[in-house]
Amino acid sequence: MTLPFFSATDDPGPDFAGLVQRLQIPFRTQPVLDRPGAGQPGPAFRHGTTVVALRFVDGVVMAGDRRATEGHLIAHRTMDKVFPADRYSAVAIAGAAGPAVEMVRLFQTQLEHYEKVEGVVLSLEGKANQLGQMVREHLPMAMQGLAVVPLFAGYDLARGTGRIFTYDVTGGHYEETEHSATGSGGRDARTTIKLGYRVGLSRDEAVELAIQALYEAADEDSATGGPDVIRGIYPLVATVTAEGFDAVGEDEVAERFAALIERRRTEGAQR
Amino acid sequence: MTMPYYVAPEQMMKDRAEYAQKGIARGRSLIAAIYAEGIVIVAENPSRSLHKISEIYDRIAFAGVGKYNEFDQLRVSGIRHADTKGFAYSREDVDARSLANLYAQYLGQVFTHEMKPLEVEILVAELGTDQRPNQLYHVAYEGTITDEDRYAVLGGETEAIAEKVESAWEEGWPLSAALRATVDALAGPDRTLGGTDLEVALLAQGSDRRTFRRLLPAELDSILVGPPV
Repeated sequence: MTLPFFSATDDPGPDFAGLVQRLQIPFRTQPVLDRPGAGQPGPAFRHGTTVVALRFVDGVVMAGDRRATEGHLIAHRTMDKVFPADRYSAVAIAGAAGPAVEMVRLFQTQLEHYEKVEGVVLSLEGKANQLGQMVREHLPMAMQGLAVVPLFAGYDLARGTGRIFTYDVTGGHYEETEHSATGSGGRDARTTIKLGYRVGLSRDEAVELAIQALYEAADEDSATGGPDVIRGIYPLVATVTAEGFDAVGEDEVAERFAALIERRRTEGAQR
Repeated sequence: MTMPYYVAPEQMMKDRAEYAQKGIARGRSLIAAIYAEGIVIVAENPSRSLHKISEIYDRIAFAGVGKYNEFDQLRVSGIRHADTKGFAYSREDVDARSLANLYAQYLGQVFTHEMKPLEVEILVAELGTDQRPNQLYHVAYEGTITDEDRYAVLGGETEAIAEKVESAWEEGWPLSAALRATVDALAGPDRTLGGTDLEVALLAQGSDRRTFRRLLPAELDSILVGPPV
């Protein structure tokens, strides 16, 4: 590897994705497939499933299940779908696992790269736009059945509030006022959050609601993993507040699931 | 008929070296020193936004003296190198030694092949781990690279400053002692430097992945005028 230098009139600036392209480092968010019959179900790719985000009084909570599927099979039981994007934001992914994880890596590096080159942190809106551009560049692969749909949430230091952005495969992004969910179990998760949500939830209430939403999604959707008490695998939950990204401890998540299961048992098995 | 100028190679190199040294000596000096929890880098810099010290990667910092636009270009290319390398391989494969070598190659090439040498001296510092010691690589304008195991002084009048640091040096000293000694050495006998005259950054062991941290003027003042150690 050599030191990358560019002339002043031809400088990629703080754009890491552009730099990677200029240096011709291969990365998977570029289209690599060129097969006829695009859009038809093809070979089995790993898919990640349900992720949720909701606002609470100090910021946002984000959570995701751990299952990756290949067709009808479980491909992986301990996949991470919730990542810190930088200190004050988090990104969660649903869709084709390979390109999604690669996109997160590119996005994380992009935010850090910008911060180091420019000496200042991007605004939350700027980060959301950046992710939108990456999703849009991924569109050719999405058309071939490898869609990546992220969920982005963070704490806006300028406004002093948590904010949530959702995306579609074209890179279009939309700010959600209170909560959102995406992935194959997203619909059930969203309904659960909708029924339990109110403005000004505390941190504990918001974490509890996110856990309930993932439980309901796993109950209805075969591709969403529920709490795995035998192996001790639980969904990942994180909060982003003025203090930054903070992963909720595995013990706390396990306890909350245990309590939830216990409640369900005593209430009766009908639900 | 006009005769082409002949300049002896020795003379040419000497002229270039003098030119670069003059440019570097015009600016203020900079010190990096190893202390108990990591590496502290101290520069005299009244500007709050035009930095001499910056973050390159998780455990790597960059510092430059001399012409700002020239070392800033080196800084940015170092960040680009580190980020692309970490992206293509893995974060732990990014190391200061290979980066310092690339800087040395580049500076050496510019010195011998270009019209004008770069008027900079740079430092690449890497915070050690359990397996690797702390590293300080000092790269001069003509590409000479030296690795220091305790402290490095960059800039014009380094000898007097290095002597002062050497006499105050203690193995495993705390941040407060290292900071006071280096600031004293930079100030010289007739001046005192306060928080707003200085730019100070640390590579410090801790729980964060990114170990680079700037010390704000208020923090600096509280350490500099704190209780004696």
